[in-house]
Amino acid sequence: MIKKSAPRTQVRTQKIRGKVRLREHVMGWLFVGPFGIVFLAFLIAPLAYALYLSLFQKKLIGGTSFVFLDNYVKAFTDPSFLSGAWFVIRFSLVSIPLQIIVALAMALILDAITSRFVRFSRLMIFLPYAIPTVIGAVMWGFLYSKSFGPLTDIFGLFGATAPDFLSSNLIFYGLVNVVTWQWAGYYMIILYAALQGIDPTLYEAARMDGAGAWQVALRIKIPLIASALLLILVFSLIGTLQFFNEPQILRSLAAGTIGPDFTPNMYAYQQAFSLANFNYGSAISFALGGIVFVGVYAFLFFTRKRRSFL
Amino acid sequence: MSDRSRAGARRRPQRHLPLQVLLGFLVVYFLVPFWWVIVNSSKDAPGLFGGGNTLWFAERIDYLGNLEQLFAYDNGIYGRWILNSTLYALAGGVGATILAVMAGYGFAKYRFAARRFSFSLVLGALMVPATALVIPTFMMFSEFGLTNTIWAVILPSLLNPFGVYLMHVYARDAVPDEILDAARADGAGEVRTFLQVAFPLMRPAVVTVLLLSAVASWNNYFLPLAMLSDNRLFPVTVGLGLWQGIASANNAGSTSLWSLIIMGALVSVVPLVIAFFTLQRHWRGGLSVGGLR
Repeated sequence: MIKKSAPRTQVRTQKIRGKVRLREHVMGWLFVGPFGIVFLAFLIAPLAYALYLSLFQKKLIGGTSFVFLDNYVKAFTDPSFLSGAWFVIRFSLVSIPLQIIVALAMALILDAITSRFVRFSRLMIFLPYAIPTVIGAVMWGFLYSKSFGPLTDIFGLFGATAPDFLSSNLIFYGLVNVVTWQWAGYYMIILYAALQGIDPTLYEAARMDGAGAWQVALRIKIPLIASALLLILVFSLIGTLQFFNEPQILRSLAAGTIGPDFTPNMYAYQQAFSLANFNYGSAISFALGGIVFVGVYAFLFFTRKRRSFL
Repeated sequence: MSDRSRAGARRRPQRHLPLQVLLGFLVVYFLVPFWWVIVNSSKDAPGLFGGGNTLWFAERIDYLGNLEQLFAYDNGIYGRWILNSTLYALAGGVGATILAVMAGYGFAKYRFAARRFSFSLVLGALMVPATALVIPTFMMFSEFGLTNTIWAVILPSLLNPFGVYLMHVYARDAVPDEILDAARADGAGEVRTFLQVAFPLMRPAVVTVLLLSAVASWNNYFLPLAMLSDNRLFPVTVGLGLWQGIASANNAGSTSLWSLIIMGALVSVVPLVIAFFTLQRHWRGGLSVGGLR
């Protein structure tokens, strides 16, 4: 009662501020909303639907019935799914370190020396990124081919028989090579961009302290681009675990080497589209997506911990 | 090309011959598949299978003949595939970019309800493998009768969480709040402020996101493979995959198809290679934004 007149202006500004706040909420959602709709429609809804579908089974007799987690139990005891999962894990363990080491080495070289040839190389090494993975696989399929690939000729020069990268012994390395060719240049560009962002006076200081080029690379450059390295590690992990395009394309050339259950994704595709077994296909997709998500999330969590620890 | 001035400043170790030689080998490795395709798309079937040098031209060099055959085969289906790929890349790329630019700006510049939660959802979406969504999206679309239409390919490619993330980072750093407030004080509405003040400042990142999402749509294989059954709707990736399957299935009978596939691979690669060379400046700037965070 006594203070009635004093806070009047304050009330008004509060009202205005409230209006501004409301406006900010509305405008914010108007800008984010359209993406939000797409996000709900093409990410959240399919994930929810996949989860829903994966809880049912379609039987010849009795129609579709709710089976709860049976499809997942089936998947994790299905030798096809397990061998595919084991393959992509082994493949990740070999191909990802290889790609990152190659990319890092190239980025360090390109960062350390400058010449017209170096600039040209940078562009040429990046070029495979512009090629669809399918076309890349088709091209390497030609090169591996016995009937018109060059390997027979090249090894013939030395009197040796050419390795057959489409045979079941070597298909693993054949695919490692295709993937490295396709992605190392892209990772190189990301690392190179990060290296170019480092303040060059750091190198001067290190040199004053007597550090050689190797030490500068190992002690300064690599630690400073750790976050870019982490980024490409995560991207390559997500990409490799859902491996599909390259083996699917090489499959027709390597008859008998690559089965329809070669990777989990190929198996899900086969279940859904060749066998019309959408419930089981959804379960495999969802299980794979879940493994990737949890794996990457855990990885990021642990590296973040460790990094803040250092 | 901001690195040019800096390169001048640190131009100390110039030659490093062994490293340059090593680079030379790497360049050869990365170019061999291109070289093989360029050489072999000049050959006809006898030249391909005649046992000549596979890394050099045959006596008959017939690019035009092969091109003509490529575009004539099956009533010019290949030309259609290229047009389809272009349509999917443009529609998906432009659409995804518009959504990503708006959302990134919204996340960076407005403190609205549930902002932090929504943004963490977007970050989480970066870790969801795209192919895990294909089968359920197919099932959803088949309920609405959308499978085997162009929308089945275009609509899902509008989703680009990485683009939103890039635009968010860029808008946060490159668009100062003071400029926006000044524009508002001058009486510009929120939409005008966005279009005329913020957007020009965000342009480099916009071009990058546009390029990245257009390339992603152009390269897409799993989604159209699952969604489309009419081969007149195929993008060039699915089309060439189909031809390759046919050609390897009946080894001897389809030798002429192989020269079409090789020529087709070459033609399909040309537009993007040209785009990458001419737009170098743009993607490089944007990739550094993504790489530094």
